[in-house]
Amino acid sequence: MASTIVVQGLHKAYGEVKAVDGVSFEVEAGEFFGILGPNGAGKTTTLEIVEGLRKADAGEVRLLGQAPWPRNAALLPRIGVQQQASSFFERLTAREQIRTFASLYGVGSKKADDMLELVGLADKAEVRAEKLSGGQMQRLSIACALVHDPELVFLDEPTAALDPQARRNLWDLLRAINTQGRTIVLTTHYMDEAEILCDRVAIMDHGRILQSGPPAELVRGLDSATRITIETGAIAVDEARRLFQGAEVDDDGVSLTLVTRTPAPVLASLAERNALRGLSVRGATLEDVFLNLTGREYRA
Amino acid sequence: MSSGFISLSRAMLLGFVRDRAALFFTILFPLMFLIVFGGLMKNQGVSRSKVIEVGPVAVIDQVPAEAKADLDKVLEVTKMTDRQMAVDAVRKGDYAAAVEQQGDTVVVHYSAADQVRSGTVRGVLASLVQQANIAVSPIPARFEFQAQQVEDKSLKTIQFVTPGLLGWALATGATFGAAMTLVTWREKRILRRLRLSPVSTVSVIGARVGVSVGIALAQTAIFLAVATLPYFGLQLSSYWWMSIPVILVGTLAFLSIGLLAGAWAKTQETANMIAQLVVLPMAFLSGSFFPLDITPKWVQTLAEIFPLRHLNQALLDVMVRGKGPESVLPELGILAGFAIVVSLVAARLFRWDEV
Ligand SMILES: Nc1ncnc2c1ncn2[C@@H]1O[C@H](COP(=O)(O)OP(=O)(O)O)[C@@H](O)[C@H]1O
Ligand SMILES: [Mg+2]
Repeated sequence: MASTIVVQGLHKAYGEVKAVDGVSFEVEAGEFFGILGPNGAGKTTTLEIVEGLRKADAGEVRLLGQAPWPRNAALLPRIGVQQQASSFFERLTAREQIRTFASLYGVGSKKADDMLELVGLADKAEVRAEKLSGGQMQRLSIACALVHDPELVFLDEPTAALDPQARRNLWDLLRAINTQGRTIVLTTHYMDEAEILCDRVAIMDHGRILQSGPPAELVRGLDSATRITIETGAIAVDEARRLFQGAEVDDDGVSLTLVTRTPAPVLASLAERNALRGLSVRGATLEDVFLNLTGREYRA
Repeated sequence: MSSGFISLSRAMLLGFVRDRAALFFTILFPLMFLIVFGGLMKNQGVSRSKVIEVGPVAVIDQVPAEAKADLDKVLEVTKMTDRQMAVDAVRKGDYAAAVEQQGDTVVVHYSAADQVRSGTVRGVLASLVQQANIAVSPIPARFEFQAQQVEDKSLKTIQFVTPGLLGWALATGATFGAAMTLVTWREKRILRRLRLSPVSTVSVIGARVGVSVGIALAQTAIFLAVATLPYFGLQLSSYWWMSIPVILVGTLAFLSIGLLAGAWAKTQETANMIAQLVVLPMAFLSGSFFPLDITPKWVQTLAEIFPLRHLNQALLDVMVRGKGPESVLPELGILAGFAIVVSLVAARLFRWDEV
């Protein structure tokens, strides 16, 4: 069977700006797929072409075996979309919003109310959408995208502008949805979010996908150095230099940092000398992958 | 009936009912005008009135030269020979009254559509008769005055202001409703969200039309309920029900203006401004606030381009002038044609979103 999503050679330009410049990827059924990149990378444009909201200049998209453009009424009930900025009817309460969206899909109000409960908004049912907090609005928006039980869910930066607690709550919700067997495509500019949530990520910059794969694999593929930090004075700088010939040693007066590709013997020898005070060990992250791919620091 | 149509209509209606400003401008504000015009200005004088003189009428023809100048300030006299034609012209509202002399009796045929004006004319003629009587004394009074109304007996401004103000209210409601929905829904990305749901375009547009028609009927009901209160005393003619199809088609015409403004404008402010710039001058030039016959000819010709002019005309004809249902068919045709043409233009300009 073909993949749930097949995207091939997408191009989209706005005047001089190549918003999407040759993007191809596939997503399998049940997968949690992330498109990761800084602002302006072309994530929203890519996602909206895939959803069928915008027309590509060139390239092909297949969702569940069908073309989303021009507007494909057979496909619409099978996909759920949460847009980057939430879209609600004016002056309607949370319950009225979700019931309205539900009925557009022929879904009854009981199911709509259950969905409100599921995203933890049952106690806000009578509150007008514009009076909800950022996190509540995002949850309502996701609930409206899911109310008709779509097989395929698109989420455009669902946790942007949320406080850490609200982000974590939303992560739990998204994981639960994915566990029910739904395919999720999510865009984000948070590296940690992609790393924690996604089965597979595509790293995007300037309209192109630079690399894609499971986050752990991307990081491992870097074969990058590990940073070991201990308190200054735990071991003399000269001694550290003598002991660990292959490592970079640096002391800023507060902590002493060793950058090495062979962390195990270094840690063992520090332990022997009882020099592990203030120890922290940091391996590579997706940020290092981005740095490695683009030659510049990741800035969301 | 699709559930999409019903739930979108509901969402739109709730949005309207909870919008205090919209409620005020579509219902309360025009109603305030009705109360002021119809209630407080019950006895207002009006400018020079057009009168038909049927055959020779001694009291007019034999006015002394110095009095003639005074008379010309208030009456514009046109001569006609056919009595039936003259009465019809009055009934149509082209003239304030028709005067004829039957033996020694001066008979005035006047219309109740413009009570203030016909009242003025009757007053003037009555005084002419009296003057003539005094002039020929001590011989016993030779002329006597007798007024004969072509319709009912009430003498109130309300007859004339109700159709015009209702027309203005309908134009405001439908134009703003359509323009604001379109722009707000686009700005708030609801249109693109709807595009991602299986709801048909017909349901989306049908919901807006349905809600606007519902609001128009509610406006009409409220207006007529207030105007027919004994204090205001509006008397509806027997064919007033014909105003309902007129109102429905007129609402479609105003909706099309709103759709055009909404399709063209990018922001709520622009849409609001365009609607404002269309509706207010249109209301003035369509005779919603004052009768057009006091304006220059070119203004009256210009006014023909406005759907509200034709709506007002038709409402006046069937609501208070007592014209038959078939008399407003031309206006219905013009309004429908306007709605179709402007909607087609709006459809061409229509965008789902800014992208
Ligand atoms: N409708 C549009 N008109 C003009 N430029 C656009 C439009 N949409 C996106 N762009 C441009 O395309 C690039 C990618 O935008 P976008 O897809 O929104 O990025 P992201 O979602 O990754 O932040 C940006 O440079 C943006 O300015
Ligand atoms: Mg974006």
